[in-house]
Amino acid sequence: MTDLHFSAEALIQASYLLTAFLFIMGLKRMSSPVTARSGILWAGAGMLVATLATFFYPGMTNFPLIIIAVLIGSAVAWISGRRVAMTNIPQMIALYNGMGGGAAAAIAAVELYRGEQQSTAGATLAVVGGIIGAVSFSGSLIAFGKLQGLIRKSLRFGGQQLLNLLILAAALLLGGLVASGFNVTPAAVTGLFAASLLLGLSMTLPIGGADMPVVISLYNALTGLAVAFEGFVLGNAAMIIAGTVVGSAGTLLTQLMAKAMNRSLGNVLFSGFGDTAAAATGTAVTGSLKPIEAADAGVMMAFAQKVIIVPGYGMAVAQAQHKVWELCQLLIDRGVTVRFAIHPVAGRMPGHMNVLLAEAGVPYDLIADLDEINAEFETADVALIIGANDVVNPVARNDKSSPIYGMPILNADKAKNVIVIKRGQGAGFSGIENALFYLDNTRMLYGDGQAAAAALISAVKSV
Amino acid sequence: MTGVVALYIFMLAAFTGYEVIAKVPVILHTPLMSGSNFVHGIVLVGAMVALGSATTPLEKSIGFIGVLLAAGNAVGGYAVTERMLEMFKSSGARGGKGSKGGKGGKDGQDGQGGAAKGSP
Repeated sequence: MTDLHFSAEALIQASYLLTAFLFIMGLKRMSSPVTARSGILWAGAGMLVATLATFFYPGMTNFPLIIIAVLIGSAVAWISGRRVAMTNIPQMIALYNGMGGGAAAAIAAVELYRGEQQSTAGATLAVVGGIIGAVSFSGSLIAFGKLQGLIRKSLRFGGQQLLNLLILAAALLLGGLVASGFNVTPAAVTGLFAASLLLGLSMTLPIGGADMPVVISLYNALTGLAVAFEGFVLGNAAMIIAGTVVGSAGTLLTQLMAKAMNRSLGNVLFSGFGDTAAAATGTAVTGSLKPIEAADAGVMMAFAQKVIIVPGYGMAVAQAQHKVWELCQLLIDRGVTVRFAIHPVAGRMPGHMNVLLAEAGVPYDLIADLDEINAEFETADVALIIGANDVVNPVARNDKSSPIYGMPILNADKAKNVIVIKRGQGAGFSGIENALFYLDNTRMLYGDGQAAAAALISAVKSV
Repeated sequence: MTGVVALYIFMLAAFTGYEVIAKVPVILHTPLMSGSNFVHGIVLVGAMVALGSATTPLEKSIGFIGVLLAAGNAVGGYAVTERMLEMFKSSGARGGKGSKGGKGGKDGQDGQGGAAKGSP
């Protein structure tokens, strides 16, 4: 009997080791566009190995319940994950991440309600992981609600930070009681989780939709940490390693994202900003908007040496990315050099626009980010702006009174000609006038993104 | 596993996580976040163990919810990450025109379906 247990144990440990290896290799491969696709397959194989091995865990019962829960959870998530539109990916990541946090909290709850923790250290880790997991769960659900448009208001009031601090103190106090073993009543455990869930809600509600990507990334890292802590409690090496790797990788990713969006993490969490402030609009822009017909714009692009396309989220909203790529293919066939210039906040989170372009079939080596492409605008004959606004506004460089002053922008104004596809004449989403539109080398092509791109296609074809 | 060994694992894993993605380009931020989101879906094995050792109805119900959520994390994270990454192609790989998404998704689906169904 002991032999049998020993071999099952050895099998499980070996499987978890293999899983940890596959996860780390998978993440490594996912950090380069050439190998990224295989990275998720590696990681997926790791998950499969670990899941199967766990069924042989010594002393496991409740198999029917486990299998039913796995089947339902997998089916719902699989269907939603395959069906969601690429524009809605950010909130789905938030949702799945929240589920992971909730699962970590559930593990902690089972352990703490049972109250059989042998050591204070084990109980403390269960409590800390439980708090973090519960915060990540409720916080991620709020983030999902905000990005999905279910929650439109950002709840803010005076003394909010103080209230959050009080809730945190309550959670820590109850956690201390539970962990120290003085008062492991079910009521204390329930109170602990209630306070933690509340903290996630009250922390996330004041944060505006524009800052949500950074918040989701932070909760992703936190869930990783919670998983690692619960891994310690269960003595599960796969959870410790995978959770810790995600915790540290996620923290780094959060910092990179915040930097790409020109925001600091502290600013995101505690300033209650992120809904575009429209109070200060900067110095008034003078000059006139000069319209252009699609036929003329098409000729200009067809005879250009180099065209740089600057897409913004507006392009994805208009579903124009397929038409834009069709236009680019025509230009490429004529020998024009075409590049896409992506600002870090062009989509709804850093890297999101790349996904949307990839969906339309644009190869990733035509896509350049801000640092790579900015020097190239000077040699471009045409910069085509579609659905982007603030990220090409030169006032960010030179007008200190503007609310976007200091934000890194794409230097589209340095191109020999700038064509802006825009619905109408009004100021953009943020309410800030765009000085680029008034430059001498800028022409406005009015119309819906998709229709304008189609008009350009027929113009290029008829050249 | 002793406490000190666990701390060693923690420390080394933390450095690994940092180093592995230290040079990731901005274009992969969203897929990588989704990918790491999938990786912490490993919480599924913990939730299975928790439910597998549950005795009271309260423990069983919480454990059940835990496994449900964890399976959602793992499978959902896989589904969206795989969908995003399968679309990343270079000009060389473009080959035939009209590259459509959804082709490679099948294999992944079977693989993951195996995680859910093949297990019992």
